[in-house]
Amino acid sequence: MSAKKNKELKSNNFIIAISAVVLGLIAGAILILIIGENPFASFRYLVRGALMSVRRTGTTLAITTTLMLVGLSIAFAFKTGLFNIGASGQILAGGLAATTVAFAVDIPHVPLIFLILLTGFIAGAIWGLIPGLLKAFFNVHEVVSTIMMNWIAYWVVFYFVPAFLKGPSLETESAGLPFEKTLRVSWLTELFDGSNYINVGLIVAIIAVIVIKFIMDKTTLGFELKAVGYNRYGAEYAGIRVNRSVVLSMMIAGGLAGLAGVAYYCGYSGKIQIGILPTQGFDGIAVALLGASSPVGVVFSSFFFGILQAGKGFMSGNTLVPPEIADTIIAVIIYFTATSVMFKNFWDKRFKKINEKRNIVQKDSNSIEEDN
Amino acid sequence: MWETITQIAPYAVAYTIPLLMGALSGLVSERSGVINLCVEGYMLVGYFISALTISILQPIMGNSALLIGLIVAMIGGAIFSLLHGFASISLKADQVISGTAVNLIATALTVYIARNVTGSGNISIMLGIVRSDVPVLHSIPILGKLLFTNTYWSTWLCIAIWAFFWWLLYKTSFGLRLRGCGEHPSAVASAGINVHKMRYIAVMLSGALGALAGGVMIVTYSGEFNGSVAGLGFLAVAAMIFGQWKPLGILGATFFFGIATTIGNVSQLFASLSSFPPVIFKVFPYAITLVALVLFSKSSAAPKADGEPF
Repeated sequence: MSAKKNKELKSNNFIIAISAVVLGLIAGAILILIIGENPFASFRYLVRGALMSVRRTGTTLAITTTLMLVGLSIAFAFKTGLFNIGASGQILAGGLAATTVAFAVDIPHVPLIFLILLTGFIAGAIWGLIPGLLKAFFNVHEVVSTIMMNWIAYWVVFYFVPAFLKGPSLETESAGLPFEKTLRVSWLTELFDGSNYINVGLIVAIIAVIVIKFIMDKTTLGFELKAVGYNRYGAEYAGIRVNRSVVLSMMIAGGLAGLAGVAYYCGYSGKIQIGILPTQGFDGIAVALLGASSPVGVVFSSFFFGILQAGKGFMSGNTLVPPEIADTIIAVIIYFTATSVMFKNFWDKRFKKINEKRNIVQKDSNSIEEDN
Repeated sequence: MWETITQIAPYAVAYTIPLLMGALSGLVSERSGVINLCVEGYMLVGYFISALTISILQPIMGNSALLIGLIVAMIGGAIFSLLHGFASISLKADQVISGTAVNLIATALTVYIARNVTGSGNISIMLGIVRSDVPVLHSIPILGKLLFTNTYWSTWLCIAIWAFFWWLLYKTSFGLRLRGCGEHPSAVASAGINVHKMRYIAVMLSGALGALAGGVMIVTYSGEFNGSVAGLGFLAVAAMIFGQWKPLGILGATFFFGIATTIGNVSQLFASLSSFPPVIFKVFPYAITLVALVLFSKSSAAPKADGEPF
């Protein structure tokens, strides 16, 4: 018997995450069956819609970009002991500030890209700063304060866009940004066979993942932030400035979500709509949970959800399944990740049985050896 | 100015009532120790079920379909809320994440079903509740004009429900136990009471109230399910916090927020208000809740065991 096989089986984050995904897909399949469609064919359309051509893959990656940055923001906050449920508001803050600057400033494309990324990061960070300060100095729970900040952002956008960024036709969205003011660049568009959505946000997101991973794993700052998240009082006893850490964590998380807003509004869509609280802020929770709050995990889980979101249009075009099926699957996955203790118990029980069986077998074989 | 106020008052009241039921939904759940950030989801479920029921029944049975629609919505909401109850009570899951998931499930699922029913995903009803004056009371000077003219019967039903819950929570042993579960569940358990059962009852009541909030929107000012209650559920949560988890507090807070929002909605129509940008009135409830959280941070009335699994 190999040493690897002898190791005790244990449930881990990966198995729990996969269980949640499988159950989410099963729930989706049941809903598809109920309306009389074939789930397997529908899921095949879903994946084909996301990945069947280079161009569609580009669009999928553009959707993934936003999810990756939001997921990174929420995952980072989780690691530092905070629940950033206000990513939607930070996306709006970052997107609105960046769009405004993009319209107002006339400079060449490349410096403009850096400028709007910086603007979006700062605006998102400010939207995170307020809950951070309230948490650090008044012990106001960040879940409540970030929800309030979400709706403040929602209404600010609702009135700011028609007043200052109004487009020529629709009342419900801003004017479209011209190509040379967006994050789209011609070489990326050409690389992905003319995809209108792919933008440099993807590169920004990957750099952000690497930077956050480096900060968390290799720097004193990251260690301090994680220590505060792990045990606030222990960290305080160890001489870490807890208040500063909380404020800084919220600002970084807000800034990352702000970047997601830039990638979405100035890259993917090229304009900003009113009356919508971006659902990516909540999908990002799924991304972070499924990625076990690790930066690398976020890369993979955001791509998975990117496929779901990108392929749903193609699927509903070819079947009778409404596109909301993708959102239902994501919601069910979040629900099952929240109730992961259920899977943990389930797998622990299964593994315990398997381990016991193995031990018996091993004992038997040992005793046979002794007899010999 | 008086003219403006009497014109706005019926709208403000109509807007406040769903908010009041939503805040009560949050209150009942949180006083039992289960965090309720899914008022929005409950409302959406009630919004959807009542619209669907009424749109089916109204051609057959006329206006009694409205009341049946509300009742069916409440039952549906109570069943739907078990999703949150099961996760947060039996499985001891993170109640914030569970609540968020329940919101997302409500959003996606209602639109998914609605699209299969109507194609467009919108479900409208033929006729909502017809406004009427309250007999006798509407002739009271000043107050009669403000509160008892042009009202919906659902408004009085909801206020009666609010009063019932105040009585239930503060004047009965059931209410004492329920509040005990939110403050010190082990003390309640040591008195021989099943904390899980109490919390399940509270969550289901909360689901029914949240769904009623959505149903009231359908039968009064909305008239059409369109897949979103536009953050009213979160406004209700804000009102619950601003009202410090107390029935009288939420009554005051929801009227306060309802008036502010209504002024924001109509300010451009009235010369005396149009000098204020409407964004101020819309942002005001959330901003004032943040201020209240800071002011009350030292002496918060939040239930002590809110969000703690037992």
